[in-house]
Amino acid sequence: VSSSSSSSLNAEKVDGFPRRSMRRARQRRSHSSSQFRYQSSQVELTPLPLLKDAPVAELHDLFCKKLQQCCVLFDFLDCVADLKGKEIKRAALNELVESVATSRGVLIEPLYPEAIKMISVNIFRTLPPSENPDFDPEEDEPTLEASWPHLQLVYEFFLRFLESPDFQPSMAKRYVDQKFVLQLLELFDSEDPREREYLKTILHRVYGKLLGLRAYIRKQINNIFLRFIYETEHFNGVAELLEILGSIINGFALPLKSEHKQFLVRVLIPLHTAKSLSIFHAQLAYCVVQFMEKDATVTEYIIRGLLKYWPKTCTQKEVMFLGEIEEILDVIEPSQFIRVQEPLFKQIAACISSPHFQVAERALYFWNNEYILSLIEENCQVILPLVFGTLYRVSKEHWNQTIVSLIYNVLKTFMEMNSKLFDDLTASYKVEKQKELKRERERAELWRSLEEQQERRLQSLGEASRNQKNLQEREKNSKNEPENSAANAT
Amino acid sequence: SAGSCHSVSSSGMAGADGDDSLYPIAVLIDELRNEDVQLRLNSIKKLSTIALALGVERTRTELLPFLTDTIYDEDEVLLALAEQLGNFTMLVGGPEYVHCLLPPLESLATVEETVVRDKAVESLRKISHEHSPVDLEVHFEPLVKRLASGDWFTSRTSACGLFSVCYPRVSSTVKAEIRQHFRNLCSDDTPMVRRAAASKLGEFAKVLELEYVKSDIISLFTALASDEQDSVRLLAVEACVSIATLLPQEDLETLVMPTLRQAAEDKSWRVRYMVADKFSELQKAVGPEITKNDLVPAFQNLLKDCEAEVRAAAANKVKEFCENLPEDSRETIIMTHILPCVKELVSDTNQHVKSALASVIMGLSTILGKDNTIEHLLPLFLAQLKDECPEVRLNIISNLDCVNEVIGIRQLSQSLLPAIVELAEDAKWRVRLAIIEYMPLLAGQLGVEFFDEKLNSLCMAWLVDHVYAIREAATCNLTKLVEKFGAEWAQNTIVPKVLGMANDPNYLHRMTTLFCINALSEACGQEITTKHMLPVVLKMSNDQVANVRFNVAKSLQKIGPVLDSNCLQTEVKPVLEKLAADQDIDVKYFAQEAISVLALA
Repeated sequence: VSSSSSSSLNAEKVDGFPRRSMRRARQRRSHSSSQFRYQSSQVELTPLPLLKDAPVAELHDLFCKKLQQCCVLFDFLDCVADLKGKEIKRAALNELVESVATSRGVLIEPLYPEAIKMISVNIFRTLPPSENPDFDPEEDEPTLEASWPHLQLVYEFFLRFLESPDFQPSMAKRYVDQKFVLQLLELFDSEDPREREYLKTILHRVYGKLLGLRAYIRKQINNIFLRFIYETEHFNGVAELLEILGSIINGFALPLKSEHKQFLVRVLIPLHTAKSLSIFHAQLAYCVVQFMEKDATVTEYIIRGLLKYWPKTCTQKEVMFLGEIEEILDVIEPSQFIRVQEPLFKQIAACISSPHFQVAERALYFWNNEYILSLIEENCQVILPLVFGTLYRVSKEHWNQTIVSLIYNVLKTFMEMNSKLFDDLTASYKVEKQKELKRERERAELWRSLEEQQERRLQSLGEASRNQKNLQEREKNSKNEPENSAANAT
Repeated sequence: SAGSCHSVSSSGMAGADGDDSLYPIAVLIDELRNEDVQLRLNSIKKLSTIALALGVERTRTELLPFLTDTIYDEDEVLLALAEQLGNFTMLVGGPEYVHCLLPPLESLATVEETVVRDKAVESLRKISHEHSPVDLEVHFEPLVKRLASGDWFTSRTSACGLFSVCYPRVSSTVKAEIRQHFRNLCSDDTPMVRRAAASKLGEFAKVLELEYVKSDIISLFTALASDEQDSVRLLAVEACVSIATLLPQEDLETLVMPTLRQAAEDKSWRVRYMVADKFSELQKAVGPEITKNDLVPAFQNLLKDCEAEVRAAAANKVKEFCENLPEDSRETIIMTHILPCVKELVSDTNQHVKSALASVIMGLSTILGKDNTIEHLLPLFLAQLKDECPEVRLNIISNLDCVNEVIGIRQLSQSLLPAIVELAEDAKWRVRLAIIEYMPLLAGQLGVEFFDEKLNSLCMAWLVDHVYAIREAATCNLTKLVEKFGAEWAQNTIVPKVLGMANDPNYLHRMTTLFCINALSEACGQEITTKHMLPVVLKMSNDQVANVRFNVAKSLQKIGPVLDSNCLQTEVKPVLEKLAADQDIDVKYFAQEAISVLALA
């Protein structure tokens, strides 16, 4: 092992470039599947009579046989293996989909366990390792599921099954249980977007129809998100799960339960820290705004949370945060606005002075939003002093002309809002600057003397311990001496 | 907290520590509260300075309560704080008062951010050792219990890391409680907590009495190893190593093996991967008999796993696994069970699997001996040397020395030389580079004659490679060869060729002459340098390319110490003076530098 790691290290060291080209050059299987793994003996399929030709008395029996036939799995990595069997299963699945979607009275109780078994056998599997360990959903092509020709039909069947007017939640809940749902949720990590799309609709239906599972589903989604945020930073289905949650939040009863508030504060807000935020930001912002519209008192948690996790180095994320803040401000209640305006506008001022013009520009666009502008105007006495210094300074030194002209517009707006305050701030700008410099000097002085003092103390401590050591040594020596001399004497 | 802070500041001036206590705590606390995160962070990082300024008593009574109360901050600040507090014992007055640090660390151990929490746990573990046994029971253990029964998963996760540090030093009643808490966390509702508990299972087992390892740990291990989430199951594999080491051999079969067998065949590849990754440790922990009966077939299966990730992890362990097999049956097992799988992996469809194998396969030759290596392994090495993937080839080349020890360089070179010559001209420069790095080794063992006949021309060809890194490595290689074969050999074989390049139309090749001279002058000695090399260098000072001219100046600086002072004054000095007046600014710069270094001014 050591030799392998050292040799790969050597190879790495040669030119200092990460070996991205090697990664890119990796031969790619375009498809992957973990489905066909643990089936040792392959069963030969024989076509059954068509469902539509079956006499009524035999319909259920035949339906059941078709379900059992569809439990056989095929190797899709070998695209020419057992073509006949694959075709028989495909036809059977199509028939099942068709039948459950169109004819009434097919779904009788004994079929439930068979149907759920067929679905489980087909869809539940450990997802294969990602082809590309640094898979970037924005740049790289996802790995598609090779067994999709069958898998899609199974998902389609499941969906039709749930949506059928004959569907009885009371019967289904015996088979679609917590364990089933947990496995379903794990599939959301699939790299194949087509699969996640089906899963999203299906989970939504399950949530809608099986009331007993709702709390459990929410809890498990929480766990998935927390794991994503704090442990792995990797899960492909965050956007889809958030989309479902968006509509779940919409249906929350008022007043909000503490479980739901906790979900907002401890899960949704921290989700903003994810590196891959861009992939699910739209859905996340939607959920956040949904919460606010439900209950305005959560506004302060949200804004303060976003400020806590404000991106420090990633300007692309900063732009997203600003976008979300604008969405929030669009629906904020004036009374809530007052509670957060101070920290919020300090951050907005910091964004305006960002050397990245897109960040500065996005922040300055707030002044084009009429509702936000009205909030600013109402609280001009508080907000203007918070942002004035930044606006004044950046208007003089920003490299980008668009930003400079946007700032002039903002300054002009403020002047019109409250010319008295504006003039006062302009007049005191230099004095404030001076004060700031003075404070800085005082800080430096404080730390300098603190460190000097520390130095002195450490020195005196060192001396003290040296003295003590000397003393001990001397004591030891004086003790040893007589013994030594005694030993010598004998 | 602002109010309390003011009251503190008014009374705080009267320093308990005499003259040194110049600062009211309010001023210092203002620093810890600065609006600018960066400044706040800086202040926290110098928390020890502040504590020292306050003295131990006020650190305990004023600073720590303030820190405990204001623990809502940016994670970066909290991380710094968690780290600082782990080294704070002396600043609060020594081990006697170390428990004062527990409240702020307890809060830090419950925050959401993993790095902060982990750091707080690390600091808690550190200061736990500074508690007296009494303080440990009075202060520390109750904290662990509070964390273990916290509402939110974060505090329970943190608790998992603290059991093992306090268990050995508490009374048996408290020990029983700790075991109970650990059991609870292993079956926690939240997978995050179960993962934390599973990852500490081995560590906790190590501090438990053997009877409790058998009664408690085994049942927890079995349960975690069959958890519904594979992320929990795979952590149990790690614990398996520690647990198996703790148990007497006769208990392994009944207590550990059923679970281990199940893990090796888990339906999730992540768990199988973990088994493969920990295979050598597992092998050592379960001993030779179980290895023969159980692990050999399990290892074969992992080498044939359907997931490439698992095969690669297992391939990485081939050498270690074989090395650690019981000596009496080692060769038979390898030849009949392992080698057939290895042969298949040589032509695996996945390059990572092949490359993992290539990095260890050479090690098998030491274990199997000369005859087996020649008959069974050499064909595999040769196949891998011709693999389409450069990383596979590279890994083979990088490990040639282990085979060399077994079958001798002659045998090796006869079979491998054609492949090496081919790789010396490989289109990938990294591969060429790896080959160059092996030249001194090959040369040393092949002897001058063989080298001159087969490899010398390759070494010279690399000097004019179109990739700079190769030319540079080739230059360095020449130095090593001269060190091996001596100055006379250099003068006869390589110096003429190197000097010949000084007339090459390509200025890059002319520069290579200079670089070679830089590298060789010392090894070749004064005579060759003065007689043969110096004239060429001096002549090149008239080159029309400025880069060549300033490299002349650099070369003169480099070889100057080898020359005698007369030669320096009469031959080198005039040329450097001429270059110092060159029209090109860089030539001037390096000429002047050489003049001053050689003290010719």
